[in-house]
Amino acid sequence: MGKKPNKNQFEFIWGHKPTDGMVNTLSKQLSAEFTDVMNEIWANEAVRSAVLISSKPGSFIAGADLNMLEACKTAQEVTQLSQDGQKMLEKIENSPKPVVAAISGSCLGGGLEVAIACHYRVATKDRKTVLGTPEVLLGLLPGAGGTQRLPKMVGLPAAFDMMLTGRNIRADRAKKMGLVDQLVEPLGPGLKTPEARTIEYLEEVAINFARGLANKTVSAKRSRGLMQRLTDYAMALPFVRQQVYKTVESKVQKQTKGLYPAPLKIIEVVKTGLDQGNDAGYLIEAQSFGQLAVTKESKALMGLYHGQVHCKKNKFGNPQKEVKTLAVLGAGLMGAGIAQVSVDKGIKTILKDTAQKGLDRGQQQVYKGLNSKVKKKSLTSFERDSILSNLMGQLDYKGFEKADMVIEAVFEDINVKHKVLKEVEAVIPAHCVFASNTSALPISQIAAASKRPEKVIGMHYFSPVDKMQLLEIITTDKTSQDTAASAVAVGLKQGKVVIVVKDGPGFYTTRCLGPMLSEVVRVLQEGIDPKKVDAISTAFGFPVGAATLIDEVGVDVATHVAEDLGKAFGQRFGGGSIDLFKLMVQKGFLGRKAGKGFYVYQEGVKNRSVNSGMDEILQKFRVPANPDVCSDEDIQMRLVTRFVNEAAMCLQEGILSNPLEGDIGAVFGLGFPPCLGGPFRFADSYGARQLVDKLRKYEAVYGSQFTPCQLLLDHANSPSKKFHQ
Amino acid sequence: AQPKTKKTLGKTGVKNVVVVEGVRIPFLQSGTSYADLMPHDLARAALQGLLTRTSVPRDVVDYIVYGTVIQEVKTSNVAREAALGAGFSDKTPAHTVTMACISSNQAMTTGVGMIAAGQCDVVVAGGVELMSDVPIRHSRKMRKTMLTLNRAKTLGQKLSLISKIRPDYFTPELPAVAEFSTSETMGHSADRLAAAFGVSRLEQDEYALRSHSLAKKAQDEGLLQDVVPFKVPGKDTVTKDNGIRPSSLEQMGKLKPAFVKPYGTVTAANSSFLTDGASAMLIMSEEKALAMGYKPKAYLRDFVYVSQDPKDQLLLGPTYATPKVLEKAGLTLGDIDVFEFHEAFAGQILANLKAMDSDWFAQNYMGRKSKVGAPPLDKFNTWGGSLSLGHPFGATGCRLVITAAHRLKKEGGQYGLVAACAAGGQ
Repeated sequence: MGKKPNKNQFEFIWGHKPTDGMVNTLSKQLSAEFTDVMNEIWANEAVRSAVLISSKPGSFIAGADLNMLEACKTAQEVTQLSQDGQKMLEKIENSPKPVVAAISGSCLGGGLEVAIACHYRVATKDRKTVLGTPEVLLGLLPGAGGTQRLPKMVGLPAAFDMMLTGRNIRADRAKKMGLVDQLVEPLGPGLKTPEARTIEYLEEVAINFARGLANKTVSAKRSRGLMQRLTDYAMALPFVRQQVYKTVESKVQKQTKGLYPAPLKIIEVVKTGLDQGNDAGYLIEAQSFGQLAVTKESKALMGLYHGQVHCKKNKFGNPQKEVKTLAVLGAGLMGAGIAQVSVDKGIKTILKDTAQKGLDRGQQQVYKGLNSKVKKKSLTSFERDSILSNLMGQLDYKGFEKADMVIEAVFEDINVKHKVLKEVEAVIPAHCVFASNTSALPISQIAAASKRPEKVIGMHYFSPVDKMQLLEIITTDKTSQDTAASAVAVGLKQGKVVIVVKDGPGFYTTRCLGPMLSEVVRVLQEGIDPKKVDAISTAFGFPVGAATLIDEVGVDVATHVAEDLGKAFGQRFGGGSIDLFKLMVQKGFLGRKAGKGFYVYQEGVKNRSVNSGMDEILQKFRVPANPDVCSDEDIQMRLVTRFVNEAAMCLQEGILSNPLEGDIGAVFGLGFPPCLGGPFRFADSYGARQLVDKLRKYEAVYGSQFTPCQLLLDHANSPSKKFHQ
Repeated sequence: AQPKTKKTLGKTGVKNVVVVEGVRIPFLQSGTSYADLMPHDLARAALQGLLTRTSVPRDVVDYIVYGTVIQEVKTSNVAREAALGAGFSDKTPAHTVTMACISSNQAMTTGVGMIAAGQCDVVVAGGVELMSDVPIRHSRKMRKTMLTLNRAKTLGQKLSLISKIRPDYFTPELPAVAEFSTSETMGHSADRLAAAFGVSRLEQDEYALRSHSLAKKAQDEGLLQDVVPFKVPGKDTVTKDNGIRPSSLEQMGKLKPAFVKPYGTVTAANSSFLTDGASAMLIMSEEKALAMGYKPKAYLRDFVYVSQDPKDQLLLGPTYATPKVLEKAGLTLGDIDVFEFHEAFAGQILANLKAMDSDWFAQNYMGRKSKVGAPPLDKFNTWGGSLSLGHPFGATGCRLVITAAHRLKKEGGQYGLVAACAAGGQ
């Protein structure tokens, strides 16, 4: 925090000193200092305007301090925090001296609320500068006047879009929306570094506008486009507004299944403000903020946020050698996906396949992936081309002598994996890491064929690679620390959230999914149709229905994995009949990729229908259902308890090193309901005792598949024990 | 004057290349007297001016090279069309080069190379630009339809193609004013460059005013001897540049920023304007020139091309090239008597001067131990520059070189240094 009177004693520059970490967060301390400075500005006659600017590169204010929120014990305490914030920002809004926000870097949550309380906003137009209200992603709402100011600033539809999706808005888009008033282009090198000079320039420009506002040579009133004026006019009509509320509400209901309280609260708070005036609006905003902050959904989402931060760090430290050249074997969906997320981060990437046709398809996939960014204008066509110049598609091992890492994504067959491992080891340099992108084959088994098992590691990506955030890294007993460091570093560079687990059949993610999918099959066999199974599971919070999930994974893959895991874990992975899968494979019902699975998939058809060819199969494997354990809730719990029990077992066996990574893996890799925060968070909030009781109930009917593991029993027996403190 | 580091830059075993003469037709603001002509007309006039001025026999010329930026599609090898039209021998080959604002520099150095390599003895190099008329194309969709239409055989096929034409097909495609790689216009980049080096609006306006005042003075004193009159068909003879307009700081200060709105610093008054014009230069090996009885105006000794980041350092070519060419020639900045730098924007010139005077920039971006230093202004563009005389992209390089030669002669100097920036970051 610093005040910087300029030479005319006209402006105060308010900046944050880099005291705590890389980003600015609105903490109690910062708020207090801020209030002091503002009071001084108002008291000092010589000061006629003020500029708010951060001295930290890449961060204006990244949001409220989460620790501050989490330290609160009651809803009232949080409400009080919200009201303090509201008051502070109201004073800025009503300040007789114009206040200009000079924004560079993330301006999110509370940071955006500070910015929109100012009279004018100047932002740098670079990729790091993003504005947004991500509170909803943490189960909260903008609690410092944001719900009230935003609709007035950008219009109701845009405000709802921002607050309900939490999406980041880049500076140029923000200018078009009216969220910022002026843009400053980042500067190149001059007499200082580009970063330093750009911030200085932003400050100069902001000061000029602040002065202009004070002198009345600049008007803060924005010229609005015809469309915007029309929208504003329409939104001023109560019945149009009611219609908007209704539409938005039904959309939110449909998408959240009522599992997330925050979006509905946001709608309610905005509505109150617009219909009943500011005072009512601010009051309900603060109250709702307090209520939301203590919900278990919010705690779950905040837990995920902390987990994500945790999984964006490399606990193995920096690898000895940075991976500059990466080779990917196999240009299938996964291989090409891995190549795409690597090459666009500046890693020189070789994409190798054995057939020209497969290679062409893979290269086209990478091109298409990048080109879609061009269409969305997040990349220029020139940048796309220059990125692609670092991708080498080939059929041979040329250039592998320069590879720092090889990731294989070839067919899931141990013999094929061994073959490529040997071929690769003959051509790569000594330091090169060999990573296998397998979803189930134990890495130690693959490494058995290696001359240098310390350089072998598993990197389990999720499909589609460019969309799914998770990367599961698997180390064996022999994997060296540096190899692990290298793999994590590559994953982080690719933008992934990385969990590191120990080797074992199915590692962590595939292993947890196994029992659940087996249970899905049993449920289907009990006569519940796929649509109903999907409805029950999405109602619980799974983003993808359980039957659809099998279609997405691919029935052949699922069969493969189920067989392997069945062999390894025996009875516990039983339940549904694997022969059902086998018959599906025989009939060609391989899931989405074949156009038929449980459902029929047609290009351009949105509402897919159930595959009638399945009736016969399901009939054939029909088993009687026990009505005691077949209510909707029971079915949900049968699926989830098996998942959670297996996850706990992974922790118990040391596959997982901590519950946090277990939650992240389940949510980001497998779509475990985010509102529950992951299997371990769920065990805590649902109660280990209650969970064990459920397991025992199903155990009585189905047997050992539901036998709770020791770790869960321990937790059940001592209520103070929690996975997350 | 201080003693020179080197007495001569002549190298043993390498032919001396000399400038015999250089001329240009008056540079005019686009849309004025040359508006109805074609580029090769302007080039032709410059070539004829050169012939008249030097009386060189046309068939002595071994080769002709011309530089141009925005190509008229009908005369893509404008060098050849202009040479034929100007009455040069049809046995003299000609080609056209392009390298943005340094296209005629490229033409001259191509000639230097040919002579040094013993390929030729006499080369005419020049440049031309006609901004009054630029090729505007049909949209890609329309072009595709038209080309397919050519191949359609039956009336049915033709009609079905024509029926697919939509109103948006008629949206024309203007030639890009922006850098292809970055989509940024040059003026915008210049504004950012000025900001990066902390060049103020006032400094820019002052520099632009200096350029116009010096150009006016040079014009009034008859120093711009490279200008040859041009009788434009249907119009009066054009005898002088028409873009020189010394104004006042007050008036210039009223202008709104042209690129970074509303707070930028680059305006129409401190930028070079769209210009029509052409230049031509006769270069020879020294022995040939002497044998033909010419008195050479200057030696062309050394040159260097550089390139850098087209986004943030688009216009910093002179900063990078100056120390390099000095080192190559074995001279220091203090040895140079005459500087002729291309003035694309006042902000660009001032940014370059600051960059050349910065140790920090030299060390962090140029990989040099220390700065080369800024040229003293009393030796710098003292007869005006592109800001005031105009800047027909392809033709400016020859103007810079011949002006340097004339200034050396007039001021009794020995060494001149010419530098220019160009689109593409070169």
